Amino acid sequence: MALIRAEDLVKTYRSGEVEVPAVKGVDFAIEAKSFVAFVGPSGSGKSTLLNMIGCLDHPSGGKLTVIDTDVSTLDRRGAADFRGRHIGFVFQDFNLIPVLTAYENIEYPLIMVQDWPEKKRREQVMRLLDAVGMSAQAGKRPDQISGGQKQRVAVARALATDAQIVLADEPTANLDHDTAYRVIELMKKMRDELGTTFVFSTHDPKIMGEAEVVFTLEDGRLRAPSKKPEAVHV
Amino acid sequence: MFNVLKIAVRNLARFGRRTVLTSALITLGIVSVLLFVAVAGSFKAMMIGQFTDAVLGHLEVHRRGYVASIDNLPLNLNMQPAMVEKVEQALDRSGAVEAYSERVKLGAMFSNFTETTSIRVNGIDPHKEAATTPLLPGRMIEGSREGALLKPGEILIPALLARGMKVKTGDAIVLVATNREGSVNGKTFAVRGILESVSGPSGRDGYIRIEDARNLLRMAQPEVSEIAVRLKDPAQLDRVYAQLSQELAGVAAGAQSGGMAGKGGGGGLEVHTWAALSPFSNIANMIDLLTVFIKIMLVSIVLISILNVMMMAVYERIREIGTIAAIGTPPRRILSLFLTEGLLLGLGGTVLGTAISLVAIYALNVWKLTFNFGQQQGLVLSPAIGAKDVAVIAGMVVLMALLASLQPAWKASRMDPVRALGHV
Repeated sequence: MALIRAEDLVKTYRSGEVEVPAVKGVDFAIEAKSFVAFVGPSGSGKSTLLNMIGCLDHPSGGKLTVIDTDVSTLDRRGAADFRGRHIGFVFQDFNLIPVLTAYENIEYPLIMVQDWPEKKRREQVMRLLDAVGMSAQAGKRPDQISGGQKQRVAVARALATDAQIVLADEPTANLDHDTAYRVIELMKKMRDELGTTFVFSTHDPKIMGEAEVVFTLEDGRLRAPSKKPEAVHV
Repeated sequence: MFNVLKIAVRNLARFGRRTVLTSALITLGIVSVLLFVAVAGSFKAMMIGQFTDAVLGHLEVHRRGYVASIDNLPLNLNMQPAMVEKVEQALDRSGAVEAYSERVKLGAMFSNFTETTSIRVNGIDPHKEAATTPLLPGRMIEGSREGALLKPGEILIPALLARGMKVKTGDAIVLVATNREGSVNGKTFAVRGILESVSGPSGRDGYIRIEDARNLLRMAQPEVSEIAVRLKDPAQLDRVYAQLSQELAGVAAGAQSGGMAGKGGGGGLEVHTWAALSPFSNIANMIDLLTVFIKIMLVSIVLISILNVMMMAVYERIREIGTIAAIGTPPRRILSLFLTEGLLLGLGGTVLGTAISLVAIYALNVWKLTFNFGQQQGLVLSPAIGAKDVAVIAGMVVLMALLASLQPAWKASRMDPVRALGHV
């Protein structure tokens, strides 16, 4: 059974009297433990789709099931709770909390979102710091580490609560190519080690080549998924 | 909760200059208010003490209508012996009364044999009067303080009168008074001492013994114009006033029915607090009103500064709020984070302000603060503030800090993560 399933999914924004369709009835299914990319040009609906999967935004129509939950029925509090339990996020701008160290940023969701006991928390954070290769920088704040290191910390934070799904919106857009490639490799490695499903958006052709399944969006509509993308024009 | 506190502290430290400035503003407000309350409270307590301990007592009992025409010192509104006895019984029964003093008040002509002027005189029992108004003996600036305050045939006169009439201690003077029936009588007195004048009613009265006053007025019965009462605890004033008023109203009616009302007098008894008898009570009320205004200003300072800082904090951290909301932080946690930041701002300013205020109050007690009030020169203020006042003001500031943070914190907790993350 698919971990994420969308059926005739629609999202329309309203700007004054004008309705702006962002996603126009898409269907897709994402299996557990897969490494999936949504690709397409800016404005094609990638971020909107990720936001709906991540319960940050409500669908305007259709049905979206994430981990056996119809997420369109969740209210604010329910959506926050669902995100906290099942979904991790990696952002284009890293979005680490500037006053916290790398260690504390990873620890943050275990304190503020879930109430893990301190010993268990420490073990989890140390394990993740080690897994993303940031143990040596554990005590540094975001302004003391590089962009690639920040994104590694962000990946570790997304995985801290043992999320089943990690959503990454343009996770490599602010990184140079080599660093971007290493971050994608790290995500893939974490998928292999932890069995987490990674869904990310990108418009970088080289990065999208690392995905195992690619959904191409054009003007809010989905083209047929490609298992092994050869060339995608954006 | 500790982790929320830790993050809140770091967020405040992140915007260090703003945090320091806001805390400094709150500190300044707290210091101003506490110092004002301490100094004004001390001034008020001292002045009330001057009136109650030097002249008035805490309460006074009169025949109904006496106070309304007190400027004339109406002898026909004196209390008759049966009434006085009932009042004394009520006062003796009350556990709250420390002492009381019966007085015969009269207006008289004061003559030094070459000049004549008017004087208001209190006929008193020296021992009872000293127990009821303990500052009275201390007001003697000339004359012997040894032995009884007054012996028969002696008079204490106010300094202003002594100066104006060129009378010294030991001089003989004559008091001439008209009694209730219109009969005029004169009596010679020796000046026992000169009294320092005090501000307020009866602050420039003379004193003779109560028997001398009755002789001068040729009273057939031992009447009393007023009974001044000193309480053990002035804080119990309102309670004792209410209790005595109730008791004496009934007693007086009984005494009245016995036909003992004075000629032309009103019926019943009435009790007055010092505040009802002294114009200073209006100044005391103004001090209280000023204190309220100062507190309102403090509350406004706290409210506006913290509201401003917290609104800025929310506005500057919209993306951060979006991030913590996106990763699943419950809205109540976001709310508590921002409330904690506001609370810490208020708490920091309050603790610092209170500490500075207490040091300043201590310093004002070490380096004496003096002032003049009416006839009284060089009064020393001893500013003091009670733990209750400190707790109320500190609590008010902390509460305001919380309230001021509520709107920005609520806004942060209700923020749409998608919009917040997209904020530039």
